[in-house]
Amino acid sequence: MALKHATPMLDELEKGPWPSFVTDVKRLAAKGNKMCEDWLGLMELSFKDKETHWKHGGIVGVLGYGGGVIGRYADRPDLFPGVAHFHTVRVNQPSAKYYTTDVLRKICDLWDARGSGLTNMHGSTGDIVLLGTTTDQLEPLFYDLTHDLGMDLGGSGSNMRTPEGCLGKSRCEWSCIDTQEIIHDITMEYQDALHRPMFPYKFKFKASGCPCDCVAAIARSDCSIIGTWRDKIRIDQEAVRAYVGGELSPHAGAGGTEKRAFDIKEEVLDLCPTRCMDWDGKNLKIWDEDCTRCMHCIRVMPRALRPGVDTGASILVGAKAPILEGAQLSSLVIPFMKMEPPFGEFKEFVEKMWDWWMEQGKNRERLGETIQRLTLREFLKVCDLSADPRMVSTPRYNPYIFYDPADVPGGWEHDEKAFRERHQA
Amino acid sequence: MSEESKERILEYVKSQKKTKHYFNDLCKAIPEIKMMQAKKIVNELVNEGKLKYWSSGSTTMYMLPSEGDVDKEEKGMN
Ligand code: HEM
Ligand code: HEM
Ligand code: SF4
Ligand code: SF4
Repeated sequence: MALKHATPMLDELEKGPWPSFVTDVKRLAAKGNKMCEDWLGLMELSFKDKETHWKHGGIVGVLGYGGGVIGRYADRPDLFPGVAHFHTVRVNQPSAKYYTTDVLRKICDLWDARGSGLTNMHGSTGDIVLLGTTTDQLEPLFYDLTHDLGMDLGGSGSNMRTPEGCLGKSRCEWSCIDTQEIIHDITMEYQDALHRPMFPYKFKFKASGCPCDCVAAIARSDCSIIGTWRDKIRIDQEAVRAYVGGELSPHAGAGGTEKRAFDIKEEVLDLCPTRCMDWDGKNLKIWDEDCTRCMHCIRVMPRALRPGVDTGASILVGAKAPILEGAQLSSLVIPFMKMEPPFGEFKEFVEKMWDWWMEQGKNRERLGETIQRLTLREFLKVCDLSADPRMVSTPRYNPYIFYDPADVPGGWEHDEKAFRERHQA
Repeated sequence: MSEESKERILEYVKSQKKTKHYFNDLCKAIPEIKMMQAKKIVNELVNEGKLKYWSSGSTTMYMLPSEGDVDKEEKGMN
């Protein structure tokens, strides 16, 4: 069936080896989906004009909500009435994204009925992203979503955003913390922050069960919760020898399972960032006090090495994409914290951090930028944290160290007037 | 006390030339009040329909319901 609009330029995106979203949209358009038909036409026009024909903004949610819907409008409704409104709806995903097929079918049916049928499973925010609906569909959609599916909208705007975690203990032997429980708990505890804008800008929590950091919490969240341990890496010497003898495939077979020579020095010891391992031909020794818990050795020999058993999380803050300032990774502020329900110690920290950021943060300033402007030292102070060598990436890089008199036993006072009596200006 | 703060916020918004306001800017009308508390007051204003949200998707702002930007945009579409 011929589509309503010819799309020679979009058609180019169907060539090449990858699945194409253009093909997906055409498939829906061919079934008579009016939004998809006009979406194709509008996109083609944008490509032709080399300008976007989408407009930002306006609507934020449903009654009582200050987020979860992202208003989008076409600026050529005269030509493409099907996409005059094309709002995005964020739906809070279940922790670690476990669904029954029944729920997935229901979401698709709901969205076919109330929206364009186009979904993004999932957005990099973690939410289910339902792309394209009209203002009048928002309330009925929300009603069905909450009543029939037991699901809720996610965060947008200056809200706490939908928290997100790796699948943690549900499937991963390396997980040091129950990321699903943490994410669910934060989501429920901070419902108000999730649904009502209260901050200078967006605020994201992400939790990874171990330093492999599968959700890239360190790069993408204002507060990163990363599983770690404070005792020793568990070593099964027998299994280490089996790797060295070529009986077990390194990397759990990720590089191929055929037998191959395995050089433990080259592939493990020399790649340990702190060089804290030794192999004498029979036994592996790890100086755990120097280990930075990077996971490298564990990843290469998972049958032989496992994280310790005294587990908890490292808390880092301030990651962000370029907005006011350039991109940055989170900085470590709590090297180790136990993470057990109801996470009281963690929440106390969160609330101190939010209080400070709400008072001090400028408009559209992410937490990381407020810290950059007012210093990490100030941040630690307001959160009642003490500086720790583990927070410094290259301790000898900057020799200029300033002491706060309050931090030095005995302290001191500087009397400018008395000083000038002893010293000429 | 909260009613008085609400009045001051509305007066501030009405006195401004721009129509969209950041939360931080609304707080300038009630400088003696802590942000957490101010947020509750602003939320009440939204619930009462005296202010409304406007969002770009990434940032949220506040405006008077009479500044019918959103409605106007949508009317033009229908
Ligand atoms: C070829 C066209 C497009 C590209 C390359 C593109 C790219 C992206 C990327 C990289 C993101 C962030 C990734 C993510 O969160 O999953 C994003 C998010 C988003 N885009 Fe687009 N986009 C395109 C078209 C559109 C259109 C046509 C609309 C609406 C009319 C739109 C609305 C949005 C919205 C609302 C988000 C936030 C979604 C979320 O919560 O993740 N985008 N886009
Ligand atoms: C405990 C006391 C002192 C410490 C820790 C100290 C430390 C330093 C350091 C780290 C440098 C830079 C070295 C380099 O980059 O090559 C430096 C340079 C210098 N210091 Fe000191 N200093 C001290 C006392 C003094 C005193 C008492 C004087 C003179 C009265 C002095 C005069 C200089 C001069 C002139 C330089 C510049 C040398 C150059 O340009 O290469 N310093 N000092
Ligand atoms: S971050 Fe660690 S615990 Fe979580 S899935 Fe990845 S490897 Fe497993
Ligand atoms: S986890 Fe990383 S730092 Fe620790 S011993 Fe293994 S390779 Fe070295």
